[in-house]
Amino acid sequence: MAVDRRKFLKVAGISALFGLGGKTAIDIFAPGQLEASMKNEVPLVTKEKKWAMVIDMRKCLEQQDKEKCKSCMLACHREHNVPEFGNIKEEIKWIWQETYEHVFPGQHNEFIDEGVNHKPFLALCNHCENPPCCRVCPTKSTWKREDGIVMMDPHRCIGCRFCMAACPFGSRSFNWSDPRKAPKDLNPDFPTNVNYPTRTKGVVEKCNFCAERLAKGQVPACVEACEKIKVHALDFGDLNDPDSEVRELLHKRYSIRRKAQLGTEPKVYYLI
Amino acid sequence: MLERALKGSPGYWKLLISLLIVMGAGVICYLLQFSEGLKITGMSRDISWGLYISQFTYLVGIAAGGVMVVLPYYIHDYKAFGKITILGEFLAIGAVIMCLLFIFVDIGNPVRMLNVIMYPSPRSILFWDMIVLNGYLFLNVIVGWNVLSAERKGLPYQKWVKFLAYVSIPWAFSIHTVTAFLYAGIPGRHLWLTAIMAARFLASAFAAGPALLLLLCLLVRKVSKFDPGKEQMRTLGGIIAYAMILNCFFLVLEFFTAFYSGIPEHNSSLVYLFAGLDGYSRLVPWMWTSVFFCVVALVLLIVPATRRKEKTLALGCAAVIAGTWIDKGLGLVIGGFIPNPFHRVVEYMPTFPEIVICLAIWATGFFVITILFKIAISIKEEVDA
Repeated sequence: MAVDRRKFLKVAGISALFGLGGKTAIDIFAPGQLEASMKNEVPLVTKEKKWAMVIDMRKCLEQQDKEKCKSCMLACHREHNVPEFGNIKEEIKWIWQETYEHVFPGQHNEFIDEGVNHKPFLALCNHCENPPCCRVCPTKSTWKREDGIVMMDPHRCIGCRFCMAACPFGSRSFNWSDPRKAPKDLNPDFPTNVNYPTRTKGVVEKCNFCAERLAKGQVPACVEACEKIKVHALDFGDLNDPDSEVRELLHKRYSIRRKAQLGTEPKVYYLI
Repeated sequence: MLERALKGSPGYWKLLISLLIVMGAGVICYLLQFSEGLKITGMSRDISWGLYISQFTYLVGIAAGGVMVVLPYYIHDYKAFGKITILGEFLAIGAVIMCLLFIFVDIGNPVRMLNVIMYPSPRSILFWDMIVLNGYLFLNVIVGWNVLSAERKGLPYQKWVKFLAYVSIPWAFSIHTVTAFLYAGIPGRHLWLTAIMAARFLASAFAAGPALLLLLCLLVRKVSKFDPGKEQMRTLGGIIAYAMILNCFFLVLEFFTAFYSGIPEHNSSLVYLFAGLDGYSRLVPWMWTSVFFCVVALVLLIVPATRRKEKTLALGCAAVIAGTWIDKGLGLVIGGFIPNPFHRVVEYMPTFPEIVICLAIWATGFFVITILFKIAISIKEEVDA
């Protein structure tokens, strides 16, 4: 007999009449069963996993040549209620495009392959294994989860922006004003996702590898958007699993990471 | 002792009232910032710290600089400075208050400020900066106040006060070292990623802090019967000269490493600051003005004839303050963000309300310093009489 929500409420309600608390009541009426039903669930956040993203730039650029594809960016910003401000001063971005020589400054040369030069590359939070942003945060508002995702708690953030100075990838954005008051003409249907919280002014935000979707067993919104248009340039998976698709891709193809020499160990890989 | 701040000449009251007016204007601008958010400043996604944090950084130096009169008096038993240690300590109090206010106005969510204490994070340098700055404030308040009240009663101060005065000396070094560590440990911001940062900070602090103190001493002599003393001015002049030489020497070291190694990451911020990058050069005239002031300061302070003459010494001190302010209170913090992590140049221009808030915080600091100096000087006048 498993304890479902209905049964839990029934037992808790009846026992409340006798002045007993929820878990104690279940222990009396159905000993051991609550723990059993909790244990059956696989923990969502576990050291066993190490999430990473692999971006196949060949596929991505091929699609860029066909049309100015923005599917992943639109999907992400809609999923997370990222507003458009229409000026670079207040801009908030979780995933966006920059040209090759700016995403990989220092790797550029005069005679580089025309196929990548000045071409748009994706930029997002690298979910570093050794994240400087988490190190500098004075309130632990940003931290690395056991599964490697660098999380951000906008309810605790005091807005000191030390993390923005510390991030070598420019992956963090600050709410210079109230995002809910972003220009209506640029954000006609804001908030675009009522199931994801909007932020307040004065806090930092960034890509969260769609932790809220992973919890439901879904892939990140950007990856799903890329699959939907059948380009499959984005892959998401577990680096700890030797049979995962990301591991296979990294094994077979040559990959680079942004500013790997800084030792932050980015977990976003670019296949060239 | 506080009642002495309530009796003063018309000039004293005029100064306090004009400072209060500037503070009031700042409060109005801050209320605007509080309701609208930091968008009313010139900061952006790329230049995420601006005038507020750079003023904070500069003023930590002024606060630490006060130790240059405290140290010779307590450690080397240099009696002459006994007369002005209190002024050094009170200047430090004013400067630390300004530092804390600059941090406060820079925070996006000031109502959550206590999270720094509720979720202490020893891995964050900002956490340690909070501890050393507040500690330094308390040390100076306790030591300054007790030494002054002992002086008023004509008694020697208690032993524990002397102990705290000793503690405050390494503590002064710590505030500027920890503040330098805010910058010097960040990967990817190459202007800041330099082992000599803390040493540079301390050198500029020990030049600028005493320089401001010396100018204040000259002012005090003009408006009161208290004379900080000729010998004192002279010794301070020597200290400022040495510190300024070190400061400029350290800056030259930065240039050598950046340009002789030729590593683009290491020199592009300096190129932006002194020559302009990708056609952007807003800070170039400022930086060369800073160089000009530093050279003037060095000449006036090194040549014995000009260092010993009060007028030229004062001029040299003003040049030290101007030169180091531009270098540290403007170029260092803003230059660190340029070019951005994508090696693009986005420039920064403070807005009017942002500048008013900065001026108001400076005014608050000088308001506190004026009152504290008034109290100290009234007591010294009484004791002398």
